[in-house]
Amino acid sequence: MAVISNGTTIIDAGAISVGGGKETLIKTATFTNASTVAFIDGTDNVVMDDTYHTYIFKCIDIHGNDDNGRWAFQVNTAGASGFNESCTSNFFNARRNHGDTYSILGAVTGYDQAQGTGYQNISDTGPADGSAERTHAGHLTIFNPSNTTFATQFMAEFSDAMSDDYMIHSYVSGYFDVAAAIDEVSFKSSAGTTSGIIKMYGIGS
Amino acid sequence: MGLISAGTSIFDAGALAAGNAGSLTFIKKLTASSSATLTFVGGASSVILDGTYKEYLFTFNNLHAATRSNFSFQGRDGGTDYDGPIVSTHFGLKHNEGANTYSIGYEGDRDQANTANFQILSNTSHTDDSDGLCGYLRIFNPAGTTYITHFMSEVNCVTNTPTVCSNFCAGYFNTATAINAFQFKFASDEIDSGDICLYGVT
Repeated sequence: MAVISNGTTIIDAGAISVGGGKETLIKTATFTNASTVAFIDGTDNVVMDDTYHTYIFKCIDIHGNDDNGRWAFQVNTAGASGFNESCTSNFFNARRNHGDTYSILGAVTGYDQAQGTGYQNISDTGPADGSAERTHAGHLTIFNPSNTTFATQFMAEFSDAMSDDYMIHSYVSGYFDVAAAIDEVSFKSSAGTTSGIIKMYGIGS
Repeated sequence: MGLISAGTSIFDAGALAAGNAGSLTFIKKLTASSSATLTFVGGASSVILDGTYKEYLFTFNNLHAATRSNFSFQGRDGGTDYDGPIVSTHFGLKHNEGANTYSIGYEGDRDQANTANFQILSNTSHTDDSDGLCGYLRIFNPAGTTYITHFMSEVNCVTNTPTVCSNFCAGYFNTATAINAFQFKFASDEIDSGDICLYGVT
């Protein structure tokens, strides 16, 4: 049975139509010692098309096995191969140590990109097996990736517990300089493998 | 009454079926009335703070103090005291109504280095009756017993200049013990009015 109001389908085929701005859980990926974690439209129940205008990835208990690893992501456009789109970005953070001897707020130019095609850092380094309790947690928002007119913007915020007793609050934003639809997102650590949980949400218009 | 479409329940027994509800599940609202503290205790008064959700969201709606005071929170990692070991950063932006002062910077007196103090989420709020503070606090997997528990907050307030202050705080409870209760308070005054809501993120 379908429910149609004023010509608009509200319920059909066992689902409420997308709309109302609600955040809809699309997929939960739980992984252990993974080299990469990918969300690909049409695969394993992942939706990444114009069904939603905004996509949010919540990263929880992100724990690597290499102290030098930074949590990072890249995207791929529909029909293309490789996670290597041109990215221009800013990266700044607030950082302090456990010993209460160091604190600072500032840009981290080594973690940003200027039309680079590498994975974009969204956290600082660590934590790894040497500090078994430490993790990254945060969220990445990608705006309207299915559009074919504008560059695709993104923003991320992370809390990072580094293995060398530093706490980092990271902010990242930027865009992929491509006017093709983006329908795949890949996460990985810049070094080593990673365990954790990523929850992907879509927000309708 | 339930509603079934194409063999799938849309709603039944007074609730939307999974997948049709939004990702935010309302858990509890506490409304201040000259309250010394507002406290959410898992398992009490319908509060859920366990492994049901991997993320919890607190929203602050026009919290107001009678005298200027920092707004803060702490977590309970066992026992009855709110004294979790916190490592955190805090930075903020300020801009006054006269448009003649502006600043952005690290707030070294509002962070913590593995200490058990209440964590400041916002600097002193204006006492004018029309000025409260608003914002949110996210807690990631507080029920976990393998890793530390991260948090992030953004709180906007008006100070007495009057100046808008945007506060950004993040950090972690440096313990792998479950955090099952959270308490909020102004550092040196009661919470006159306003409310805090708790949501679970599906």
